[in-house]
Amino acid sequence: MNYVLDFTPVIDGLPDLLAGCLGTFLLALGGMLLAIIIGIGGVVLRDSRFPACRWAVKAFVELIRNTPFLVQIFFIYFALPLAGLRLDPTPTAIIALGINGGAYAIEIIRGGVQSISKGQIEAGLALGLHRALVFRLIVLKPALRAVFPSLASQFVMLTLTTSVASAISAYELTSVAQRIESETFRSFEVFGTITLMYLVISWMMMAFFSLISARYFSYPVK
Amino acid sequence: MNLGEFLFLLSGLKWTVALSAIAFVFGCAGGLAIALMRTSGIVPLERATAGYIALFQGTPLLMQLFVVYYGLALLGLHLNAWVAVSLGFTLHASAYLGEIWRGAIQAVPRGQTEASSALSLKYVSRMKDVVLPQALRISLPATIGFLVQLIKGTSLASIVGFTELARAGNMVSNQIFKPLLVFGVVGILYFLMCWPLSLYGAHLERRLAAAER
Repeated sequence: MNYVLDFTPVIDGLPDLLAGCLGTFLLALGGMLLAIIIGIGGVVLRDSRFPACRWAVKAFVELIRNTPFLVQIFFIYFALPLAGLRLDPTPTAIIALGINGGAYAIEIIRGGVQSISKGQIEAGLALGLHRALVFRLIVLKPALRAVFPSLASQFVMLTLTTSVASAISAYELTSVAQRIESETFRSFEVFGTITLMYLVISWMMMAFFSLISARYFSYPVK
Repeated sequence: MNLGEFLFLLSGLKWTVALSAIAFVFGCAGGLAIALMRTSGIVPLERATAGYIALFQGTPLLMQLFVVYYGLALLGLHLNAWVAVSLGFTLHASAYLGEIWRGAIQAVPRGQTEASSALSLKYVSRMKDVVLPQALRISLPATIGFLVQLIKGTSLASIVGFTELARAGNMVSNQIFKPLLVFGVVGILYFLMCWPLSLYGAHLERRLAAAER
């Protein structure tokens, strides 16, 4: 064992790696935004009057939560062109991340919505508020507040999952690292360094979420 | 997709099951050790295991596999892909199971520990006969949830070059040019493994919630 660690490729590639970090943030933020939209939409559809809607949402959630993200991203990558959507790998990865995160978000947000007592909603309607306003102010906001910690940790997980998007060569940190590694063969140095970068990225995400929590969900309840 | 190709997928499935089983069994052993150290009351041990857990929960599984895979080669250990990948998943599972069980051990009422001390039970007996059986019951839904996550996670071994279900799917798909069909079938195979476990976990969770009321 006389291997000498050599971090020159990492130092030379630092600008590329930092740009890759930016790509990872972009994927994560895009995925989260889509996941929130799917999550809220899914919760609304899951409580709809039409059994077909409810059933479809349940099937979607179970299907996504019980198959690997890698298989999902490959499937979506090959399915989108058939549906007439020719997208680059990066937008494709955002869609896949959003769909995956959305299924988890539906389950999490639903838990919060169920914790809202019926009397609150009836009180809102009795005050003459529009149904949409009742949903937004009386159901959704307190529900999101109640489940925010689980939602945040799910989204940190989503951020880490972006590394799998390198399998379809989307632009993010792991694919940049793989390129540098294949040019320099300094596998351990490159992957060791970006592992630490991911650690910092997930800490930044956590800080971001506690900021959001402090800004939007810190009003007194009683 | 003919029968031969489907059988090839099934042989990949076999490796997925084997890898998940190895990672889960060794991960349980490692996770128990981590959880006990994390709740031991000995500050250096608690700090070290907390750091270990934070490291593995804050980095992508794919990177953990890469680092273990190339790190072992660096140490001059030229192990085959099997051992390297199993070790990577075992370390990953130890961290997550350790955190789940730490929570469960701390959720067992304090009075239980105090009562066993009052009965002058030693640490081993207190843990083995009093705390851990109760903690196991509390942690079972989350443990099964993690097992599902682990089975899905083994698909990442394909990126390191280990031939399991996802990689078998990739190979067949490159051969017959029907990616949707192949990945659809692969997805269904994963679903058939994970869904029953998820349902069982949800069932246990409901039962536990009912017992607590």
